[in-house]
Amino acid sequence: MKLRKLKKISRRNALQLIAVFTGTAVFPSISFAQSNQALDRINEITNGLGAIESDIWLDLPEIAENGNQVKVSFEMDSPMTETDHIKTVYILADGNPSPNVAKFSFTPEMGSCSATTRMRLSKTQNVYLLAVNNNEQFFMTYAKVKVTIGGCGG
Amino acid sequence: MSSIKPRVKVPKEVSIDEIVEIKTLIRHPMHSGRMKDPEGQTIPRQIINSFSAKFNGKEIFQMDLEPSISTNPYIVFQYKVKESGKFDFEWLDDNGEKYSISKEMIVS
Repeated sequence: MKLRKLKKISRRNALQLIAVFTGTAVFPSISFAQSNQALDRINEITNGLGAIESDIWLDLPEIAENGNQVKVSFEMDSPMTETDHIKTVYILADGNPSPNVAKFSFTPEMGSCSATTRMRLSKTQNVYLLAVNNNEQFFMTYAKVKVTIGGCGG
Repeated sequence: MSSIKPRVKVPKEVSIDEIVEIKTLIRHPMHSGRMKDPEGQTIPRQIINSFSAKFNGKEIFQMDLEPSISTNPYIVFQYKVKESGKFDFEWLDDNGEKYSISKEMIVS
């Protein structure tokens, strides 16, 4: 019986199935995006355009022993001139009660796009960085942080 | 609240076109609105929600802070030196209070 059923799959069906499987393998982030508040927020900020994953130096500890004080540093390659500079950088966390952590507004006067602060992480999660330049182009990167003792007072 | 005192470290002597690092720290509990006191009562949210830096009156850097920022917010950023002048730093509290500090920087 079983063999017969298998045979019933037509060539067209088989091709469709293969397409679906390769699709999920190539773009795992699509299925991942559905339940991720940080990516939802990125969608909101970029008006659904999404961001280009790019080479941003995002420094976070791999393991944070204390989720109350997690140091986060970032630096982006940018000429920081009037015509080409990073305007805004968002730090977002997908496992905190709210995805927003901080929003930095840069100006060309700063000469470099780099900053450091300390944040709370309630559990092991991904931390996202979304950058916007003066031409409204979006760039992002992320890093996973393992948290031993969560912050946020939960 | 006299217990809230900002501290800023700006290099005193700098040269033109040098990119200097400015370190700021303010003592603040940053109550996220989720923490509980020993009696089990939720402590209402009270955080520093904004930080800004001005140089000779012009805003050069601003940051919005959310409850996910740690107690005693620590912020470091960079600035490219063009001239001598004065930095004005300002922190805004949820309760409407402002904390500020100024620092001079001299080009040698």
